[in-house]
Amino acid sequence: MSLPNPAELLPQMASSLISHLNRRQIAEPRFIGIRTGGVWVAQALLEQLGRDEPLGILDVSFYRDDFSQNGLHPQVQPSELPFEIEGQHLVLIDDVLMSGRTIRAALNELFDYGRPASVTLVSLLDLDARELPVRPDVVGATLSLAADQRVKLSGPAPFTLELQTLSDQGRAQ
Amino acid sequence: MRTRILGARVIDPSSGLDQVADLYVEGGKLSAIGQAPAGFEADQTLDAQGLIAAPGLVDLSVALREPGYSRKGSIASETLAAAAGGVTSLCCPPITKPVLDTSAVAELILDRAREAGHTKVFPIGALSKGLDGEQLAELVALRDAGCVAFGNGLNNFRNARTLRRALEYAATFDLTVIFHSQDHDLAEGGLAHEGATASFLGLSGIPETAETVALARDLLLVEQSGVRAHFSQLTSARGAQLIADAQARGLPVTADVALYQLILTDEALIDFSSLYHVQPPLRTRADREGLREAVKSGVISAISSHHQPHERDAKLAPFGETEPGMSGVQLLLPLAMTLVQDGLLDLPTLLARLSSGPAEALRLPAGKLQVGGAADILLFDPQASTVAGDSWHSKGRNSPFLGHCLPAQVRYTLVDGHVSFKA
Amino acid sequence: MTPIDAKRPLQLNDQGQLRHFLSLDGLPRELLTEILDTADSFLEVGARAVKKVPLLRGKTVCNVFFENSTRTRTTFELAAQRLSADVISLNVSTSSTSKGETLFDTLRNLEAMAADIFVVRHADSGAAHFIAEHVCPNLAIINGGDGRHAHPTQGMLDMLTIRRHKGSFENLSVAIVGDILHSRVARSNMLALKTLGCPDIRVIAPKTLLPVGIEQYGVTVYSDMAAGLKDVDVVIMLRLQRERMTGGLLPSEGEFYRLFGLTEQRLALAKPDALVMHPGPINRGVEIESAVADGPQSVILNQVTYGIAIRMAVLSMAMSGQNAQRQLNSEEHN
Repeated sequence: MSLPNPAELLPQMASSLISHLNRRQIAEPRFIGIRTGGVWVAQALLEQLGRDEPLGILDVSFYRDDFSQNGLHPQVQPSELPFEIEGQHLVLIDDVLMSGRTIRAALNELFDYGRPASVTLVSLLDLDARELPVRPDVVGATLSLAADQRVKLSGPAPFTLELQTLSDQGRAQ
Repeated sequence: MRTRILGARVIDPSSGLDQVADLYVEGGKLSAIGQAPAGFEADQTLDAQGLIAAPGLVDLSVALREPGYSRKGSIASETLAAAAGGVTSLCCPPITKPVLDTSAVAELILDRAREAGHTKVFPIGALSKGLDGEQLAELVALRDAGCVAFGNGLNNFRNARTLRRALEYAATFDLTVIFHSQDHDLAEGGLAHEGATASFLGLSGIPETAETVALARDLLLVEQSGVRAHFSQLTSARGAQLIADAQARGLPVTADVALYQLILTDEALIDFSSLYHVQPPLRTRADREGLREAVKSGVISAISSHHQPHERDAKLAPFGETEPGMSGVQLLLPLAMTLVQDGLLDLPTLLARLSSGPAEALRLPAGKLQVGGAADILLFDPQASTVAGDSWHSKGRNSPFLGHCLPAQVRYTLVDGHVSFKA
Repeated sequence: MTPIDAKRPLQLNDQGQLRHFLSLDGLPRELLTEILDTADSFLEVGARAVKKVPLLRGKTVCNVFFENSTRTRTTFELAAQRLSADVISLNVSTSSTSKGETLFDTLRNLEAMAADIFVVRHADSGAAHFIAEHVCPNLAIINGGDGRHAHPTQGMLDMLTIRRHKGSFENLSVAIVGDILHSRVARSNMLALKTLGCPDIRVIAPKTLLPVGIEQYGVTVYSDMAAGLKDVDVVIMLRLQRERMTGGLLPSEGEFYRLFGLTEQRLALAKPDALVMHPGPINRGVEIESAVADGPQSVILNQVTYGIAIRMAVLSMAMSGQNAQRQLNSEEHN
C-alpha cells in the first residue's frame, strides 16, 4: 500500500480546520500538539495557516492507561503549556489516531490544568481502529492497515510516514 | 567390642606416622597398629581401603547451647553434628544459661554428653562469676567437676588489676586460661571490621587495635603471672605477629583460629548477609594471609570451628539486629580440607592443627593415635566430597557454606572404639 | 586499595529497570539520568493547579518508618498522593518491634494487606536490603534512609538541585562538609557525583568524622575549610548531631563552628555563584551561619521541592519495574 505524503495533506486539513472553527465561531483557538508526532504536525499546520502563535506541547506519559502492562515511558518530558486552559477553545493535534486512548489521556491531562470551553481534534491520519468513542473533527487521510502493521511519522524534517510490521513479541520495531 | 580397620593410610601427626596399616581396637583402646595382636578376633571389620585414618578431631570451640538456649541447639544435636564433622573431643564455652560457673552446670553438661554418646566433651569453665569480669569463679571446684580450662568469652575484665589477680590464682593451680582478646571500649558497638567494607556499608567498625591492644596487655600479664595461656579466635595478622613475638621470647602461649577466618574476609559482608555476622569479626585479605601463614608455621597450632548455631529468627533481621555466629562443626573436616586443596598445608600438618595441636594446647587426653590410648579415630575419604547441608544434624543452619560442595567426606567417627557416626 | 564496586542486581529487574530503590551503588549513569529527567517532568506537574497525575491510582504506598522523621515521611506522603496512590504511614518504634513482632512479621502482615510499595526508614544499615531480599522481594522497596548506609532519594534530589542550577556535572567542583562518618546522605552523594561524572569531589572534616577507607569513593580529603572550599561550585553542609560531642569525636559545637562552620567569609572563598545546600534540618550557628542559610546562594528550600519530584519519579519507576518483572515472569510461564 502506498502511504500519503504528509506535506500534501496539510492544505486540505488547514482549510477544513478553518471552516470548522468558523462554523463554531471560534475566534481565538489555542493550539496544542501531543508529543512527539502531534507537535510536528501542529508546527507544520500552523505554518500552513500562516500563524505564528505559541504552540502548547502536551506529554501524556503520566496519563496513559497501560502503566500496569508497559510501565513508565522511558522518555518522559515535561508538558509545556504557555497559556491558560480555563475557558479556552483548544485545538488538539496528533499524528495518528488509532485506538483513541492517547486522546483520552490527553483530555484527562488537559482537564487537570483547567476546564476548556471546547476541544477540537485534528489528526493527520485516522486508522479506523477505534476502541473508544473518540471522533476527530479534522482528518488528513484515513487508512486501513493489516493487524500486524503500524505507521510511524518522522519529523520535523524530513516529514515522512513509514509503514512498520510488528515483531513476534508484539512490540513495534 | 573388637574392631579391626583394614587398609587405611594412618596419619598420626604427633608421632609422625604416615603409612598404610591396619588398626586394631579392643576395650575402647587402640590395641595395635599394623600387626594384629595375638589371638585377636574381630567382632566388626571396617573396610578402610582408600580412606585416611587420623586421630579423632579435637575442636576447642563448639557451643552446645545447653543449658539455656534450646532453640539454638542441644548437647545431643550439636555433639552429633560434631561427630559428623569428624570430631571426637570438643570443648564447649561457658556461655550457657546459667553460665558455666558452678560445678552443677559442668556436671549436667557432662551427663548429657555421656548419654548422647557422640563425642567426648571437655567443658571450659567461666573465669569470673556470671562472666562479669569482676568476681573470680570457683576455679578449683570447676576443675574438679571436669572443666579443663577457664575463659571469659568476649567479656572483658575491665580492670587490669582484677584480671591480673585472676590469672595469678589460676596459675597457682596450674590451670589454663583461655583469652579472647578484645578491648571492650575500642570494640564497643562494632558490627564488622573497621575497614573499607564496613565504611561503605555504614556498619560501625571494630578496629584491629581492639584485638592488638588487648593482646598486648594480656600477653604481658600472662608473662607476669606465669599462668598457662591459650589465645583463642585470633582475627588479625598483627595479632598473630604479637603471639609469634611472645613465643619467640620464650613465652609458652598457644593460639587457635576459627576455620572460617582462614577462608573468608570482610568483603563477604557486601550484601549485608547476616550469615557472615560473626564476633570477633572477619577482617581483611591481608589479615587472612597473616593468619594462614601463622597456621602454616605453627604459631597458631589449632584450628577450631567456633561453632555457634542459631535459630532462623536470630539471623532474619537487618544486620545490626542479628546475632553473631556461624554454625560449622559438621563441616570441620571438609572445609578444612580446602586448605590442603589450596596448597597452604600438607595433609599431616592440617591434621595436626585439628587434632594434636588443640589437644596439646589444653593438655587434653586426645589428638593421638597411640597404642594403648583411647580409640578416638576419624576415617575419611579424601577423594569423595561433601555437599554441605545434606543430613545436617545441628539445629542451626546459619552457615554460608550450605549447598557448597567441599572436598573429602567423613566416613566413620569412633569414640572409645565405638562408631559414633557413620556416613 | 580497590574500590568496592558491588553490583546491585537486587535493585534491577531482568531488563535493567529499577524495581527497588535501595542505594545508588551499582546503578549506571543512564539510570540516574533517567531518574533526574523523570523528576523534571514531575516538577512541572507540581507547578500546575491540579498537582496530580493518575499513575499510581488504586495502588497503596506504605511508609514504614522505624526511625522517626517528619520531613522525609511528609515528602514521601505528598509524592505518593500526587501520583494518586493511597498512602498509609506507620511509625513503628524499634522497641515495639523487639518486644514482640519481628520486622519480618510486621512487613509480611502489611504485604498481606495488599500494599504495593514500601518506603522504609530504619536505624540499621542494610535494613532496606534485608527487606527487599528476604521479606518482600515482589514489592517495590524504597529506602528512606538506613542507618549510616544510604539515603538514595536525598542523594538524587541533591543531584537534581545541582543539575537544575548548574546544568551539568562535567566541570564541577563539589565540597561536602561535616560528619561524613555517620552520614548516609554523604555516602549517597559521593556515589551519585562519581557516577554522574563530577571530576572534583571534596570532603572537609576532622579525622574523627571521616570513615576509614574514604578514598574508595574517589574523593579528596581536606581538614581545612580555606583549602577545601577554594573555587568550589557547590557546598553541601551536613547536619552535626549533638551526640558527637559526648562521644569524644568533637570537643564542642563552638569549636566545630569556628573550624568548619559555613560563614559568609568562608563562602566567599568558593565561586561567587556557588550553591549552598543542606539536607536539613539545619543547625544555625553550628554548621552554617544564618545569613548564609537564608542568603541568595542558598537553595536549601528548593531542595525540598525537588525532593517531592524525585520521590515521585522513584515511586513510579520502581512500580513500573516491578510490573515489568511480573510481566516477564508470567510470559516465561506461558
